[in-house]
Amino acid sequence: MNKLQSMLETRHFLLADGATGTNLFDMGLVSGQAPEMWNFEHPERIQALHQSFVDAGSDLLVTNSFGGSARRLHLHNLHDRVREVNARAAELACEVAAKSGRDIVIAGSVGPTGDLFEPLGPLTYAQAVEVFAEQIEGLKQGGADVAWIETMSAPEEISAALEAAYEVGLPSTATVSFDTAGRSMMGLAPGDFAKQMVEREHKPVAIGSNCGVGASDLVYALLDLVPNAGDLPVIAKANAGIPHVHGDHVEYSGTPDLMEEYAKLAIDAGARIIGGCCGNRPEHVARMRKALDSHKREAGLSLEKITETLGPLVSPPNLSGGRDGGRRRRRNA
Amino acid sequence: MADDDENIILSELDDSELSEQMQDDLYDGLKDEICEGVNILLARGWEPYAILTEVLVSGMKVVGDDFRDGILFVPEVLLAANAMKAGMAILRPLLVETGAPKAGKMVVGTVKGDIHDIGKNLVGMMMEGAGFEVIDLGINTDADEFLAAIDEHKPDILGMSALLTTTMTYMKVVIETLKEKGIREDLIVLVGGAPLNEEFGAAIGADAYCKDAAIAVDTAKKLVAERKRLNHV
Repeated sequence: MNKLQSMLETRHFLLADGATGTNLFDMGLVSGQAPEMWNFEHPERIQALHQSFVDAGSDLLVTNSFGGSARRLHLHNLHDRVREVNARAAELACEVAAKSGRDIVIAGSVGPTGDLFEPLGPLTYAQAVEVFAEQIEGLKQGGADVAWIETMSAPEEISAALEAAYEVGLPSTATVSFDTAGRSMMGLAPGDFAKQMVEREHKPVAIGSNCGVGASDLVYALLDLVPNAGDLPVIAKANAGIPHVHGDHVEYSGTPDLMEEYAKLAIDAGARIIGGCCGNRPEHVARMRKALDSHKREAGLSLEKITETLGPLVSPPNLSGGRDGGRRRRRNA
Repeated sequence: MADDDENIILSELDDSELSEQMQDDLYDGLKDEICEGVNILLARGWEPYAILTEVLVSGMKVVGDDFRDGILFVPEVLLAANAMKAGMAILRPLLVETGAPKAGKMVVGTVKGDIHDIGKNLVGMMMEGAGFEVIDLGINTDADEFLAAIDEHKPDILGMSALLTTTMTYMKVVIETLKEKGIREDLIVLVGGAPLNEEFGAAIGADAYCKDAAIAVDTAKKLVAERKRLNHV
């Protein structure tokens, strides 16, 4: 049994960490730079960020490797250093975890390639598996416990990443961003995603949602995801509200107070691995720790309760039409 | 009814049926059928501009509306836009010959540090569909590249896209550069991308934030028309 599974066996909830990208900005990352480059240039800053989440009570650290596939690193001329970039990312997190004296899962972040699959775009399924496998090999080599496949949108890309993790021999998780009218950008609904994961021969250890457009929308997506997830533990990693710009600086609207409430609602919705994505600083994560340690799951979570507590949905679903209820008659309908 | 739709022969439909069927086919992203339909209408003596506006653009308007309303998603819209593009490829040389009116010109690009171009491509295709000339600078575009393209093409509109909170702030760098060069007021600046919002657009000095490609087209039309009105007064 892998570390994530064994920790899920012994604890009700696991606290994930907060944002990587937006926090690195606060630490001096400049717009346009590859965050992954900091694994070499500023390893002490990456470790300081990990340490701040350990201090906030995180049971799981996500590595600084979100854009660590060859497709993404290409932009920064780092595509021939994929294994090294990812191994280093995992090592940095492992060192921090080892010093903590606690059990901490090292989650090797795997983000989308940024490319569309055939026939809409240039990427073939086989190429995608290869690209992800190269990245996940690096993460495994650096000591990651799990391939943390996140911010996904296209079903075939999720599939390719999960297949790559299986090939490499690293357990995996998968989370999707439901940011467009209650679905992913590519039209994947939370419940359909969960069903696809449950039906896989080699299932991920846990599934869920991350990032997207705000805490309300994410918890709302769980209402459809959780009932379709079977026995799979569910992950919730919401943004701290919505980005706002002050000068040339981006700040998120969600306060630590709000994110503590979000964590309670995520528990009520049935999530077991809870943390934050963009905009969540260590103080947000510390308040989620408080919620996870004290809140008792309440039944009957409704959209009304979610929006009353966390604010209105940013991108509400179209309940009148639905994907198959378009305005035009279809030739092949 | 499904059975009625099985064996549609486009050339047997009259003009109004064919026009309606082509709009349905555009919705379904049927590229070959769109090309066939465009050629039939041309053979029947339709003006290229009439085919563009009355059939393709109005068909894409429905696609855009359903996208905006969360009924269609990116894959369907891309297929529709590709079908539209195939039809446009037939019409474009003819439109140039016949001197058909243009809605305006747009330079568009994904900003420096960002490789995400799905939304930007969608905007480009839908803008073309609406009769705009689009110059696409691709991904990872820095301020100098935007400036050079503006200098060369003299567009009405500059469009910038970003998917990451880590790259969206570069839009401000570009707008500040436009101000420094004294050309900010010559352009309508539209920005878009998942992490942005209206407040961000306003804060960095863009003319508008466009939530999606359909809204980008509507906004572009509106602002270009306003600008033309002002210039004629």
